[in-house]
Amino acid sequence: MGVPSLLNWAVALPEIVLTLAGSIILVVGVFLRRGKRFFPVVILSIAALLLTAFLVFLAPSGVGYSETFVNDAFARFMKLLIIIGGGAAIILSVSYRGDEQKPLPFEVPVLMLFSTLGAMLMVSSINLMALFVGLELSSLAIYILCAAGRENVLSSEAGLKYFILGSLASGLLLYGISLVYGYTGTMEYHGLINAVRSVDALPMGLVVGIVFILVGLCFKLSIVPFHMWTPDVYQGSLTPVTAYMSVAPKFAAFALLLRVMLESFGGIAPRWALLLEAVSMLSMLYGALAAIPQSNIKRLMAYSSIGHMGYAMMGLIADSVVGVQATLIYLAAYLFMNSGAFACISAMRRKGYEVFGIEDLAGLSKTDPGMAAAMAIFMFSMAGVPPLAGFFGKFVVFATAWQSGFYTLVAVGVISSVIGAYYYLRIVKVMYFDAPVQAFDRPAPSLMFVSGSMSVATVLFVVFLGPLMTVAQQAAVALAG
Amino acid sequence: MSPTLAAIGLGPYLLVSAALLVLGVLGIFLNRKNVIILLMSLELVLLSANLNLVAFSSALGDLAGQVMVLFVLTIAAAEAAIGLAIVTVYFRNRGSIQVEDVTMMKG
Repeated sequence: MGVPSLLNWAVALPEIVLTLAGSIILVVGVFLRRGKRFFPVVILSIAALLLTAFLVFLAPSGVGYSETFVNDAFARFMKLLIIIGGGAAIILSVSYRGDEQKPLPFEVPVLMLFSTLGAMLMVSSINLMALFVGLELSSLAIYILCAAGRENVLSSEAGLKYFILGSLASGLLLYGISLVYGYTGTMEYHGLINAVRSVDALPMGLVVGIVFILVGLCFKLSIVPFHMWTPDVYQGSLTPVTAYMSVAPKFAAFALLLRVMLESFGGIAPRWALLLEAVSMLSMLYGALAAIPQSNIKRLMAYSSIGHMGYAMMGLIADSVVGVQATLIYLAAYLFMNSGAFACISAMRRKGYEVFGIEDLAGLSKTDPGMAAAMAIFMFSMAGVPPLAGFFGKFVVFATAWQSGFYTLVAVGVISSVIGAYYYLRIVKVMYFDAPVQAFDRPAPSLMFVSGSMSVATVLFVVFLGPLMTVAQQAAVALAG
Repeated sequence: MSPTLAAIGLGPYLLVSAALLVLGVLGIFLNRKNVIILLMSLELVLLSANLNLVAFSSALGDLAGQVMVLFVLTIAAAEAAIGLAIVTVYFRNRGSIQVEDVTMMKG
């Protein structure tokens, strides 16, 4: 064992390249002429993400950086989901114009790159220290992104709210880390699992620490009862930022939750399963019920994502390889329909100004049949109508939870998805059966690309479900097997 | 183990840090006045965890906790900078940093 084998830097190749690329793109942006900065920077950012996605396949599996960083099938799967989500959000930002009809500040795509980098580090962390640094890298970038609309009072309010509540959650998570470290004497996950297994009765401090870590992660996932920031932040942030926030950081937090709870505290699963079961049920019900009176589509998507995170958590509660696999399938389905829906929401503009009312979609099937069809696909998929992506996602998580004996959980899940179907289908009804209002502006090609490709992925999910199941199973085995 | 910690024991350190955490969290939820006070409360929460880490690290004779504290201090500095920047932007748009004014969006 020499220093080089401890370092083993090649496992972090995608992260290293993304760090360098992000820093270089930032410097390039500074040297470009004012007013002409955004477009080259955004193109370079997309190229950097493509390169990173390619390197995710190339990077060897293994442990590096003195056992703080791991690259395995699970990390690879989650990193690809995060990169697709982040890439879609960056593409949505290409044609975005604020109320002043100016492009975004050029820092926005770069911050998305850095946030993606933080998310990737979280996925690969096998040490509480690396977990916290990755989480903060990802969160700090998002705080700035939320407040990126500098002349927009809603955006700065969203940034302020997310900053305060997000920092509080990070602080609580850190306090939990400190207790777990104190009562086990180690920060490494495999050390934690040994420490937890070796004692008969868990010390109180350790239990409190685990609960604090759960609270911090549930906040990032906007799981009830830590969801209160979600609707305001989703509504106030600029649409590409909302599209970003609803996927990449959620996937990273989910990866952390899976890794921490199964890899280090897996031995005591029955104890935390009840807690997670309760929050999962609450999220599903709250997401379904609170969305009904909403008239702003971004707020509606916020409640919808609260509900979706509740469904995705069912697989974690099942605590098995099949459970993790189900969660991964669900997250993949959520990625496609959510990014696609946000592409459609970005295209809701009249005379250059964004509109967010659900009634603004009235009669869209007459004024823009293509966009109406895409939006209908995403809404049907979120409601769980076969044969779209959302149906298979819900089906696998319900099936695993049922097999593991969580009957109440499945019952609540089915009931809340029926309630949830009401507001998804209401959007379809508004688009297809209401009298047309003024048409939207012609959507930019970048938006058509994202909504088109995501609707294809949502419809054809059944075609690549087989290979996806295999890959997700390998990932789940790497984690829980 | 350092002589001071041996003389005092771990308990008081944990007690002080728990008190700091509670003060920080209460400061966030009870404060209805100024956003700057929220930023100070956030720092208290992070520092309470730091105190915990240092105390545990010293008691366990393990350096990882102290290394973590250095990371946390750096992150806390970045967080404070970002927080103040966001508060500045918010003040420019809204003309106030009273907590009760942060209510443009509801529902």
